[in-house]
Amino acid sequence: MSEMKTGGQIIWESLMHEGVEVVFGLPGGAILPTYDDLAKYEYPIHHVLVTHEQGASHMADGYARATGKVGVCIATSGPGATNLITGLATAYMDSTPIVAITGQVPTSLLGRDGFQEADVQGVSLPVTKHNYLITDIKDLPDAIKEAFYIARTGRPGPVLVDVCKDVQQASMPFKYPETVNLPGYNPNINAPEEAAVSRAARLINEAKKPVIVAGQGVSIAKAEAELRQLAEKANIPVATSLLGIGTFPATHPLSISWGGMHGEAYCNYALQECDVLFAIGARLDDRLTGAFDTFAPNAKIIHVDLDPAEMGKNITIDTPVIGDALLTLRNLLPQIEPNEHPTWLEQIAEWKADTSDRDILAQETDELIAPYVMRALWHSTGEGNATVVSDVGQHQMWEAQYYHHTKRRSLLTSGGLGTMGYALPAAIGAQMGLPDEEIWVVAGDGGFQMTMIELSTVVQEKLPIKIAIINNGYLGMVRQWQDVFYNKRHAGTPLFNPDFVKIAEAYGIPARAVTSKEEAAEAIKEAQAYDGPFLLDFQVEEFTNVYPMVTPGKSNADMIRRPNSMTPQGE
Amino acid sequence: MSEPQLKRHTINAWMEDKPGVLNRVAGLFRRRNFNIESLAVGHSETPGISRMTFVAYGTDRDMRQVTTQLDKLINVTHIEDVTHLPAVKRELALIKVKANNQTRAEVMQLVDIYRASIVDVDMESLIIQIVGKEDQVDSLIKLLQSFGIEEMVRTGRVAMVRGLQEREMGGTDTAVPTHQNGHH
Repeated sequence: MSEMKTGGQIIWESLMHEGVEVVFGLPGGAILPTYDDLAKYEYPIHHVLVTHEQGASHMADGYARATGKVGVCIATSGPGATNLITGLATAYMDSTPIVAITGQVPTSLLGRDGFQEADVQGVSLPVTKHNYLITDIKDLPDAIKEAFYIARTGRPGPVLVDVCKDVQQASMPFKYPETVNLPGYNPNINAPEEAAVSRAARLINEAKKPVIVAGQGVSIAKAEAELRQLAEKANIPVATSLLGIGTFPATHPLSISWGGMHGEAYCNYALQECDVLFAIGARLDDRLTGAFDTFAPNAKIIHVDLDPAEMGKNITIDTPVIGDALLTLRNLLPQIEPNEHPTWLEQIAEWKADTSDRDILAQETDELIAPYVMRALWHSTGEGNATVVSDVGQHQMWEAQYYHHTKRRSLLTSGGLGTMGYALPAAIGAQMGLPDEEIWVVAGDGGFQMTMIELSTVVQEKLPIKIAIINNGYLGMVRQWQDVFYNKRHAGTPLFNPDFVKIAEAYGIPARAVTSKEEAAEAIKEAQAYDGPFLLDFQVEEFTNVYPMVTPGKSNADMIRRPNSMTPQGE
Repeated sequence: MSEPQLKRHTINAWMEDKPGVLNRVAGLFRRRNFNIESLAVGHSETPGISRMTFVAYGTDRDMRQVTTQLDKLINVTHIEDVTHLPAVKRELALIKVKANNQTRAEVMQLVDIYRASIVDVDMESLIIQIVGKEDQVDSLIKLLQSFGIEEMVRTGRVAMVRGLQEREMGGTDTAVPTHQNGHH
């Protein structure tokens, strides 16, 4: 006989069955029965109290990306649940596995506009892989089982389970289900069709100018080693998408960095000139491709993805390969012939040399600029040995350009939704999952202020997160667009900033402002040496912009290159 | 690249009969900017599975997006584009048309020609039911307009492929072991 359990107990026991060790949340009326059961169980799962529910969903996201496990967040009905939405949308765009559990008003009040009622199933519908509204306790165990299964299998994503308050209080005999019954769900976790793999192999073997584009799918499938074998076996240069950073060491001779709107020029030239493009686990979004019909115009494109809807969504594909990245690479590798591609690699080396000549760090300047800070951080963290959680904007692009990631899953960033405010809470989640990892937040002064209230969570959980604010006094990337496309009219972009050092100190976090190049490396060392969180406010030159830059809707071939001199572009 | 051909597609979708499933489908159409001309939904031969026929206008590539995105909905069990298959495609319309002693006979003649039927008679009006292809329905409606159409409802197209065929359900309906968090 199964024991009688309340809905709240069923939630916690189900999470334990799924191996959940930590949840991020904030209680409220409609989820209180479940919180009460957590107390009765004497906290078998560590609950991280957040300051704002948006932080909870970003923390679950950061935890999931850093560990590869499902992140869990929990909130009450109404505003609690709607506050999770930005984090769920962020996770949905970047395929992060999250299970969100929300309280809902009692079933007797559903639809009556009661206090703190919101249609959370409706609101979360377009930003979740799936969602549930539970009005009967009998449906609760299956829903949680299915939520975890759906979140982590196939193309991962967030799943929300909205549980009415009376369901949490009701009781039933409970046994965690062992199977799921989802007749409409096919996660495509199998190997791709043999014929498709053979076609891909033939194209790669015949290619004169091949390029690999590796996306986050490679990392989700844990296929980094196989990707490297493929590249090395046939000497194929590897570009990544923004989220694919870390799938291939940026310091590897075959790495051609990452491509797209702010990707390195030599990478974009290689993407435009290649004759075969092997894209794996990347969804080929507009930020990578530029105008869709101008991308890789001479290339036969092979697209490996386990989501059939990605095939031909944006780019016309020659060879679609639907399947898991790891199984695809394993089946593909024996069919790949060793190759040298000397002429092609020489051409790329030439473009790369030109890129280096134009590098902003090759210009003479005494100003403190973000690329310099990123290089200093890279050197100080064992040449790319930290996990960096970047926010969204100019600093995010400089981080990706100048912090050369060599470890898998070592860059966590909101690539698809571009959610400012992501970095600090996501870093908290990452540090909860990886307590021994050196974790750096790199955030702009605008984005940092959106979620800096979670500094209290950093202190509460005693997390040794290091924070680097790239402070230029502007919403920098927006300002950059105004500089380039709106005749330098800076509407709404200059910021009135607080003293970030004092902010940190108010939370009991030591902090230091950095205003010159000379101090940068030493300040980073001071932060590292401190046993606990530390904040550095890098007050950088305010008008520096990010290059290269591809105009939205234009071809990557027409990118604006880095200027050859350090004339401030804002003047 | 040749110009993509815009055309009318008829697509059947099977889905679990669960609360909110229609909302999921409709939400997807809206969110992905798919242009849907008609949509009809009801029970299928399998208890618990609803069947939907919808008509959408676009290129073959647009339709691949429609079908693959729809197929990703967890509750959708199967999709079939029957545009290029031999299929019976029908629509039902109820048309309330003005008819008095002078005009009733004329209307009934039209009803006969179109093999439609009269399902309700009133002193001043008739309700006509027609089942047929859309162009037949359109044509009858056009002719009835001169008498004065009071009300009209059309179901939208439903479609069924001719002959026996096998339908695969590509889902996870087998036993799935309890996974530890993080494995897959």
